[in-house]
Amino acid sequence: MGWFKRSKQNISPDSQKREIPDGQWVKCPECDEIIHVKQHELNLWVCHKCDYHFRIGSDAYISFLFDDGSFKEYDKKMKSGDPLEFTDTKKYKDRINETIKKSGMYDAVRTGIGKINDVKVSFGCMDFKFIGGSMGSVVGEKLARAIDRAYEQKIPMVIISQSGGARMMEGALSLMQMAKTSSRLARLADANLPYISIMTDPTTGGTTASYAMLGDINIAEPKALIGFAGPRVIKETIGKDLPQGFQRSEFLLEKGFVDLVVHRKELRHKISQLIKYMHQ
Amino acid sequence: MAKNTLDFEKPIIDLEKKIEEMKAYEDNLDIKDEISKLEQKVDQLKKNVYENLTRWQRVQLARHPERPYTLDYIYMMTKDFVELHGDRLFKDDKAIVSGFAEIDEYKVMIIGHQKGRDTKSNLYRNFGMPNPEGYRKALRMMKLAEKFNRPVITFLDTPGAFPGLEAEERGQAEAIAKNLLEMSRLKVPIIVVIIGEGASGGALGIGVGDRILMLQNTWYSVIAPESCSSILWRSWEYKEQAAEALKLTAEDLLQQKIIDRIVPEPLGGAHKNHDEIAKTLKAILKEELANLIKVKPEKLIQNRLEKFGKMGVYEE
Repeated sequence: MGWFKRSKQNISPDSQKREIPDGQWVKCPECDEIIHVKQHELNLWVCHKCDYHFRIGSDAYISFLFDDGSFKEYDKKMKSGDPLEFTDTKKYKDRINETIKKSGMYDAVRTGIGKINDVKVSFGCMDFKFIGGSMGSVVGEKLARAIDRAYEQKIPMVIISQSGGARMMEGALSLMQMAKTSSRLARLADANLPYISIMTDPTTGGTTASYAMLGDINIAEPKALIGFAGPRVIKETIGKDLPQGFQRSEFLLEKGFVDLVVHRKELRHKISQLIKYMHQ
Repeated sequence: MAKNTLDFEKPIIDLEKKIEEMKAYEDNLDIKDEISKLEQKVDQLKKNVYENLTRWQRVQLARHPERPYTLDYIYMMTKDFVELHGDRLFKDDKAIVSGFAEIDEYKVMIIGHQKGRDTKSNLYRNFGMPNPEGYRKALRMMKLAEKFNRPVITFLDTPGAFPGLEAEERGQAEAIAKNLLEMSRLKVPIIVVIIGEGASGGALGIGVGDRILMLQNTWYSVIAPESCSSILWRSWEYKEQAAEALKLTAEDLLQQKIIDRIVPEPLGGAHKNHDEIAKTLKAILKEELANLIKVKPEKLIQNRLEKFGKMGVYEE
C-alpha cells in the first residue's frame, strides 16, 4: 500500500508465501483459521469459523449484491487532476499513476446502476486499496453524479463506504467534496427518495462526516471501525487507552448512530427489504 | 505583547520600539532626522516581510493570539447582540457562540467558533474545538434564523472538531454531516467568513454558504500542516513544506475557486488594528447582505448546490 507504515518489519511477502502455499489459502487474522480461497469466495470473504469480515473491494461487493449481469458502471476512467501539484515524499501524480497500475482502478470509488432483486438502484462503492479509500475530487464528483442519477431516474441510492477520510493531496478541494455530496443528498431527500449508507471497515474522517452518516438507513458491517477522529489521535488527546470495542459497529449501534449491523451474507436481502418499505 | 511576537515580526517590532524610545528625545534636531530615516526603514521592512510571507507564516498569523475572535467582531461590528445558548439536546458548547445581532439596518443570526485568549478562557472554550453539541447548537440557530427569515453569518476559526472519546460517542461525524446537508438547503442567505483557522471538517461544519469570504491572513484546508506532516512525512518537522504543499492561504483558495472574496487586513495582520479590520469586514458584509437578501429562497438553494457542485478538479 505504501500508505501506512508496516508495523512489523520482519513480515515480508516471502515469509508469508511459505506459510500459505500457492496463494490458495488465506489465514483469518482473527482466529488463525486457514481457509481455502474458493471456499472463502463462496462465503463472501467472511471467516466461516469466527465470522471475521475480510476487507474486500468494490468488484466483490458488486458481484454478490446485484442481479447477474445487471450492473453497469459509469465514469469509470475519471481521474484526479492533481490540482495543487502536490508533492510530499513522492509526487501525487506518480502516486496516482502507480496506484492505477496496481489496482486497475482510476480512483477510490466505483459508481453505476444495477438491479437488486429486480429493483434498479444507483450505487457507489469505495475501495480502500486506492490510496486508503481517500475522498478527493473524483470520489466527490462520481458520487455526486450517482446521486443525481438516483434523483433523475427516481430510484434508490446505495453507497458503501470504506475510507480513511478526505484525500490530503487535494487540500481544501477534498474538503469541499463533503459539502458537494451532502448537498446532492439533501436534494435527493427532498424528493423523498431513499438513501441507504453502508459502512465497512474502516470508515473514518471526512467520509463519515458527510455521506456515510447521512443515510435514511445507516448500516454497518460487523466490527467495522467507524468514527470521525482516528483511534490513535483520540488516544493521544485523552492520554488513556480506549475502551474495548470503541468506534466499532456494535458501539455505534449501541450509541444510536447506525440502524443495523448486518452480516455480509444478509446484506443483499436487507437492502431489498428496506427498499420495499421506502420505495415503490 | 512581547510574548506573542512571531519570529518574522520581531525585527519590525524591535525597530518600532527603538523609534518609540527615541521619540522621548525628539527636541534634539539630529534625532528627528534619525527617526524619520528609521521610520522609512521600518515601512520598507514591513512591506518586504508582509508581501513575501510564506504559507507557514500565514498559518502563524492566522493563529496569532491577539487576532480578533468571533465575539470581538460581534462587539465591534454589531449592536443589540443577544447571545443564545444550547443545543436543547445535551448542553451548551462554549466553543461555538451564537445569537441575533444587528449590523446597522440588517438583523442577522451570527454563529462562530470561539477561542480563548489565556489558559483559563481557552479551557472554557476548549481551544475553539467544538463537540457534537456545538454543531447541533449551530444548526438549531440556523433553523431559528430560517424560521424568522434572518440571514446567517458564520465565523470560522477552529483548530478542528474535538477528537475526544465523548465526542465520538455523541456522534461528531453525524453532527457535522447533518450540518452540511441542512446548510445546503437552508432557505435564508448564509455568508461564511474564515477569520482565523479553517481546519477541516470542524470548520466546514458551519461553513456551507452562498458567499465564502476569507480574511487575508488565514488558512483553510483539509488538515493542519502539522498533522499533514506527521502523516505524509511521518514526522512533525515538515510543517513548512506541508503548508506549502497544501496551498491553504486565501489567495490559494481564491485561485482554487473555493472562496469568493478576500477581506484585506491591515498591514501586519488583523491583530495590529482591530478597529480597522472590523470596519473593513462590516462594510463588505453589508455589501454582500444587500445582494443576497434580494435572491429568492429557491434560487438561493439552487445556486448553492451549483456552487459546491463545481468544486473539484478531475480528468475524464
